[in-house]
Amino acid sequence: MMEDAGFIVTSYVITFGGIVAYAWYVLRRGKKATKQLPDDSKPWV
Amino acid sequence: MADTATGRTTATHATRILGIVTLAGVAWLILFGLILSPADKNQGESVRILYLHAPSAWLAYLAFIVTAIASALYLFPKQHSLGWDRLAGASAEIGVLFMGMTLVVGMLWGRLTWGVFWRWDARLTTTAFLLVTYIGYLAVRRLGGTPEQRAKRSAVLALLAVLEIPLVHFSVELWRGLHQDASVLRPNGDVELDGLMLFTLLSGIVTFTLMYAWLVIHRTRTLTAEDMLDDVGLELALEERRRESIPHTIEEKGALLS
Amino acid sequence: MKAWWGTTRLIAKRELLVEWRSRIALNQVFPFAGIVMVMFGFAIDDTRLMERIAPGLIVLATMFALLILVQRSFAVESEDGALDALRTAGVSSSALFWGKSIAMAVQLAALEALLVVLAIFLYGSTIRPSGVVLLIATWLAASWGLATVGTLYGGLAAGARGRETLLPLLLLPVVAPVLIGATRAVEAALGARGSVADGWPWMGLVAVFAVVFCAGGTLAFGPLIDE
Repeated sequence: MMEDAGFIVTSYVITFGGIVAYAWYVLRRGKKATKQLPDDSKPWV
Repeated sequence: MADTATGRTTATHATRILGIVTLAGVAWLILFGLILSPADKNQGESVRILYLHAPSAWLAYLAFIVTAIASALYLFPKQHSLGWDRLAGASAEIGVLFMGMTLVVGMLWGRLTWGVFWRWDARLTTTAFLLVTYIGYLAVRRLGGTPEQRAKRSAVLALLAVLEIPLVHFSVELWRGLHQDASVLRPNGDVELDGLMLFTLLSGIVTFTLMYAWLVIHRTRTLTAEDMLDDVGLELALEERRRESIPHTIEEKGALLS
Repeated sequence: MKAWWGTTRLIAKRELLVEWRSRIALNQVFPFAGIVMVMFGFAIDDTRLMERIAPGLIVLATMFALLILVQRSFAVESEDGALDALRTAGVSSSALFWGKSIAMAVQLAALEALLVVLAIFLYGSTIRPSGVVLLIATWLAASWGLATVGTLYGGLAAGARGRETLLPLLLLPVVAPVLIGATRAVEAALGARGSVADGWPWMGLVAVFAVVFCAGGTLAFGPLIDE
């Protein structure tokens, strides 16, 4: 039972940790690229 | 909100709202997954891993399907629109991430329920195969060249993958059909869920879908911006070259004429 | 149609002629595959087991040799920009694809025959009389399937700078159905496992694979090499 808890918590940490890390990576890379471009050239602005 | 006013990130008003809703969904999922939902009568607490594992797998498949469709939408019309190529690339990257997580978390779940990290069954083997295939796809996208070259190569590769994946899946199913492993659960490892457990699982799928939307929008925009930067960079480099070849001083002009 | 076939034959002949003149497949790739077969013996070191798994080892050695053959097939092109020259001269991509695939299939078939002979000597494999037809059918289907897939992905990955390392990563997962099907079929044909009747569905799998990638490759080869 206790070993179970370890596995379960690890799964949640890996899943959400991975997602947060990737989201962080995407946002940072996005910021780096868009900072260098004029506003009117971006289709979402 | 000052960031969106100047457009200095890939965020917009809509994605901010999407992001907040997704975070709420994550909190909801964790609450139900870890605390409010009951343990399973067969699996015990390890079913809680399933609330992440199944939506994760769902998201990966969704991402790969989007890549395939976007690749077709790039390749087949007479006018190729690079937006589809960027969506394909962004979605594939997300798919690889989630497929990887699905396998790792699945191994943890498998250790608890079957006692082993890995089984050579059809589903796991095909999943591993899918992961490697799209890692290859991402590698091909990084081969260089113009965005149009990248787009055409990747689109063809993605559509070939659509051809080969069912073939591989079928081969593996046929192959593993030779080896019937007995297991405590039903042979394909599915669990009967109902009531609160089913609700939690569905919440997981909804939350992960929102997550996918948020991630793919931001990633695609980043790819768009990076492609634009490459274009600008290329233009600047050409401009430099051009300027170097034009004689600037009277002496240079004189040297040219004589 | 006649012109297309004429072109295809020409291209296949050219490939085989280049190989015959240089003898690279013969002198380098075939010995490589042979060494792989020997190394399996060192690594596994169990005579009874080896006879059991000989079909799998034959197919594996073929796969590794395929990688080198494909690299070679396209390295020859890129050295002088021959592929581009052919395309500019108006050679259809499908004729190119079929021509190169036919030449590759011939080389693969010769290699596989050699490996079966080696397995008989090294691993103690025997060919069942009832399995001969199955063996030949599998041999033909696998050679054609691997040749078309190899030519297709070779067009994408091999020959250009920095791309060669991509070929194994792309190609090996794709040929999994051939690995699975050909091994089971050869196991049945050699009497290592199962009856000959068991082996035919697996040969069918390899044949389906060959048809699918023959068709897919014919369509996709053009876009892939036209850059």
